[in-house]
Amino acid sequence: MTMSDFPPGIALIFGAFLIPVVSQQIRSILILGLPLVVLWLIWSLPEGSFAAVPLFDYQLTFVRSDSLSRLFATIFSIMTFAGSLYALKQERLLELAAVFAYAGSAIGVVFAGDLISLFIFWEIMALASTLVVLSAGNILSYQVAMRYFLVHVFGGSILLVGILVHIHSTGSTAFDAMQLNSFGTAMILIGFLINAAAPPLSAWLADSYPEASYTGTVFLSAFTTKAAVYALLRGFPGTEILIFIGLFMIFYGIIYALLENDMRRILVYSIVNQVGFMVTGIGIGTEMALNGVAAHAFTHIIYKALLLMSAGAVLYMTGKRKCTDLGGLFQSMPVTTVCGIIGALSISSFPLTSGFISKSMINQSAADESLIIVWFMLLAASAGVFLHAGIKFPWFVFFQKDSGLRPPDPPWNMKLAMIFFAGLCIGLGVYPEYLYALLPYPVAYQPYTVTHVINMLQVLLFSGFAFFLMLPLMKRTLTITLDGDWFYRRVFPGIFKYLLAVVWKIDKTIRQTFLARLNGGLAFLSQRHQGISGLLSRTYPAGSMVMWVAVMLAAYLFLSFITH
Amino acid sequence: MNETEEKHWLVKPETIRWLWRGGYVILALVVFADFFIHTHAYFQIDGSFGFYAWYGLVVCIGMVILAKALGIFLKRKDTYYDNE
Repeated sequence: MTMSDFPPGIALIFGAFLIPVVSQQIRSILILGLPLVVLWLIWSLPEGSFAAVPLFDYQLTFVRSDSLSRLFATIFSIMTFAGSLYALKQERLLELAAVFAYAGSAIGVVFAGDLISLFIFWEIMALASTLVVLSAGNILSYQVAMRYFLVHVFGGSILLVGILVHIHSTGSTAFDAMQLNSFGTAMILIGFLINAAAPPLSAWLADSYPEASYTGTVFLSAFTTKAAVYALLRGFPGTEILIFIGLFMIFYGIIYALLENDMRRILVYSIVNQVGFMVTGIGIGTEMALNGVAAHAFTHIIYKALLLMSAGAVLYMTGKRKCTDLGGLFQSMPVTTVCGIIGALSISSFPLTSGFISKSMINQSAADESLIIVWFMLLAASAGVFLHAGIKFPWFVFFQKDSGLRPPDPPWNMKLAMIFFAGLCIGLGVYPEYLYALLPYPVAYQPYTVTHVINMLQVLLFSGFAFFLMLPLMKRTLTITLDGDWFYRRVFPGIFKYLLAVVWKIDKTIRQTFLARLNGGLAFLSQRHQGISGLLSRTYPAGSMVMWVAVMLAAYLFLSFITH
Repeated sequence: MNETEEKHWLVKPETIRWLWRGGYVILALVVFADFFIHTHAYFQIDGSFGFYAWYGLVVCIGMVILAKALGIFLKRKDTYYDNE
């Protein structure tokens, strides 16, 4: 077995089993070192397909190394490294182990060269991410993890049906660009979209991620949805329906984040929003758009993790997560505040941050294709991102009213992880050419033109102005907002309970009627035949019984004669 | 925070007044910059003066109002799911 026959993701999955059994010191080295080893493995792979394993009549290809899979695998391993640094003092070993299996299977998904191995890693990912939610270890996270698991098992089954039908009809297990023209590919698309948190099953994300631990949410934000973006990017580029699905996700994310009071739920709704940009770009499907999607997935993982790290630091230090309880924290948590603001500026695609150089490629591709409505909506969405995440999150957590809380910044490892990612956000924003060199297609795009910078500044600064103008309307309340999960948490159980009640009632009526009839019949019979001469009180002489016994014996005798 | 503690300079009313003034100046400057750049209009309206500024402002106000309106129907007390 040569080096290239070893799928890099597997290394992390092996690591997951070592984490709980080694000592504290070795564990620290393991969780920081292993992602770097994996990064090295990824970059030492030559282009091409390797690690082929025969399975019955099919050939599984665990490694397909090209610019697209390398880009996603790279950011996944960088994420695992920074997340591990952030979680260095995390004492829940189940969570750390689950995280490594989760990250390893996500890398497995992006390297999978055929549909079957894709599905295998897809399911490991679902299982491991459920464990990450579950390991928060309270009753709420248990309930949430079960809901999360059911949605993903459902999505996985749809994907499996799609893959089986597709393989049966085409005879090929290859995972390449597909046409949305058969039942099989439609099911595959739906399976991918469920993991991307597309409607109608988008609520699983905001339902589950915020219930994980302060470190768990950071990891969860990175892998599942972006592995789905990768799968859509590889499998369905230029599929027009994705434009509409993506636009819906963008505005769904903005509106729900605007209504939200929980700081981490604000940020996870904005994951859906950002994945919406990517899904739209995949729908547009030009080289510029697909480059933009890949670049945006890369930058998004970094700034979203950074935002959730700063929120996690606040949660870790204060134990509070609602905007109504927070505020004024900038005074005692300067590092967290600055890093959170850098993440917020990046997600809003401010010039000189990573979001600026990636998202503008998607917007540009809409203009190039003369998709007028799409372009106007994407521009509105860019303004909306600044509104719901770029200002709202830092404002309500670190500024607004003074909550009186004066927690210090978190421990050094958490600070270092945040500074590392904040540095990457700025670094990628200032030197976009390094990221552009990794993209699947050649890049001829120049983000820093005077016009583009001024236009973007106008949109963003006036969105910020709108935020402060509308501040009285944005006052946080102790509320949640009903989402799609309401259907499977309230409506469907309600209907089920109602139907059961009806069935029970009908059943009860039938039984009672039958019992009443039976009682009536028995009463009638006993009344009719009672008394001295009645059927039930007649006496029978012993002689007649003796006679019948004699008849029986005679018959027996007769039968035994004729059978011999 | 105890009452006698000196207020952080950033939250003093004086500073906040200056922040607003500075903010207005910056807003005016980025709109003013439109005179000097050649905006490449992809469609038509996006070439009009200060388009990106007023579009950003209007859509944000629109989205906040839309969210507020939807909130009337969709908001519940945050103890809504507690008895599960």
